[in-house]
Amino acid sequence: MSARVLVGVKRVIDYAVKIRVKPDHTGVVTDGVKHSMNPFCEIAVEEAVKLKEKKFVKEVVAVSCGPQQVQETIRTALAMGADRGIHVEVSGKDYETLGPLQVSKILAALAKKEQADLIILGKQAIDDDCNQTGQMTAALLDWPQGTFASEVNIEADMLKVVREVDGGLETIKIKLPAVVTADLRLNTPRYATLPNIMKAKKKKIANVKPADLGVDMSSRLEVLKNIEEADAGGAVQTNTEGLSSLVMEQTLRPVKSGSAPSPIQTRPM
Amino acid sequence: QSTLVVAEHNNETLTPITLNAITAATKLGSDVSCLVAGTNCAKVAEQLTKVQGVKKVLVAQHEAYKGLLPEELTPLILATQKQFSFTHICAGASAFGKNLLPRVAAKLDVAPISDIIEIKSPDTFVRTIYAGNALSTVKCNESVKVFTVRGTSFEPAAVDGGSASSEEVSTSAPVGVSEWLEQTLTKSDRPELTSAKVVVSGGRGLKSGENFKLLYDLADKMNAAVGASRAAVDAGYVPNDMQVGQTGKIVAPELYIAVGISGAIQHLAGMKDSKTIVAINKDPEAPIFQVADYGLVADLFKVVPELTEALKK
Repeated sequence: MSARVLVGVKRVIDYAVKIRVKPDHTGVVTDGVKHSMNPFCEIAVEEAVKLKEKKFVKEVVAVSCGPQQVQETIRTALAMGADRGIHVEVSGKDYETLGPLQVSKILAALAKKEQADLIILGKQAIDDDCNQTGQMTAALLDWPQGTFASEVNIEADMLKVVREVDGGLETIKIKLPAVVTADLRLNTPRYATLPNIMKAKKKKIANVKPADLGVDMSSRLEVLKNIEEADAGGAVQTNTEGLSSLVMEQTLRPVKSGSAPSPIQTRPM
Repeated sequence: QSTLVVAEHNNETLTPITLNAITAATKLGSDVSCLVAGTNCAKVAEQLTKVQGVKKVLVAQHEAYKGLLPEELTPLILATQKQFSFTHICAGASAFGKNLLPRVAAKLDVAPISDIIEIKSPDTFVRTIYAGNALSTVKCNESVKVFTVRGTSFEPAAVDGGSASSEEVSTSAPVGVSEWLEQTLTKSDRPELTSAKVVVSGGRGLKSGENFKLLYDLADKMNAAVGASRAAVDAGYVPNDMQVGQTGKIVAPELYIAVGISGAIQHLAGMKDSKTIVAINKDPEAPIFQVADYGLVADLFKVVPELTEALKK
């Protein structure tokens, strides 16, 4: 099979960083904050590279939309085994309002341009928590979608996808070309080794602009305000007896909604 | 103004989150219609006509709707939208709703809004970002507002007392690019995670899948559901459908007991709206104690069996 896979990779604030909202509530503080590839995008890259290693696909192309810095994220994908990158340059005001709809339009346009047979994305980005881009890209291309995938198998011109659903797993069969979004258990992403990081420096990253792809970047969503969730006060310490009486109380008596738990044997932590 | 709620069901019963979505829809202040698509869903349509707040139930039955695949449901919703010109289309933020509604939105060329927790006005919604560390108020200037609803943020609509009319809508032509093969649902006698009054969750501190038996025994003493942190799912202890957190399920029970869970922000995102939170962890510095109402710094392998024993009395 001579298939080409597009993998979307998003640069996000690292999952371990505790975010802070800007004082003017327009967004979160990003300056001087550690960024990484969205964890679900890493799983997507890993899956694409695996498909290449199994000779199901010939080429893996990593795509990212954003300012200059997203090239680092593309480099990470290249070090993991992607063959080449495409940097879709979005900056300034357009980057501030960049959302899943615009990204989907970019990915759909690139899929046509690159004659991709498969697009693999993470199911969700851990910054905006939207969980939309894969579904929307599939819609714009009129391709089927295998979202929240925990297992993907290529069978001739079909994909068999095991999906994570609320009560367990479901299996679907979709026709290629298709869009797949990666869930947690699809695979364990590899670490880029030093030789591969060095090799990745020689791989090509093409630069395109949304206008080159005919994509309208306007957004009709307006963020009015972002506020930080207040930190909770902290626990009072208890013991097994205290806990069991609390549990008894909560499970045996109807609980008044919003009422504070009754005091039990406690001391401040 | 009028709102369409896409019902989630298994041809036999309505999935509870649909009732939460209906409540959210009624808050928009306009007529609420529900679309039931399925292979044999007359029973569900009947149930829906009695739900309070629903004005009209639209029914579409076709073999192509087996498994409620988004490739087949999207054209149906678009045709229904064309016929009735809804101003809002919503569904529960479940695996079903999250899979389907963005596809519908993209076809309408509108940006959807995921997992809303509050409706400020018919065009302004509140949702969480960064694993619930911030709340974002979003004004949607699209002609049609498409959104999914976090179940724990809206009370379920009453299942009786309503009197909706019911009508068949014409089915869409099968698209045929996808096929639903099978599902393997986790069998459990315990209550369902997202609607349980009490949830006991385990993390990496449990050390193995076998040790989750400690939690099952405890859960059975208080009719609780059992959940897990992403770390426990990652480590392969339990299946992903037990995951509570940013990319798993959002729960808000009366009582949440976190056992051997350190409390990464990704986990807190899924449970911090619980009414009372209890944490059992041997590390006094574990961040879970920051959000817990009650903390027990102890070895879970000692305390959990003790607690189970104490509840037997």
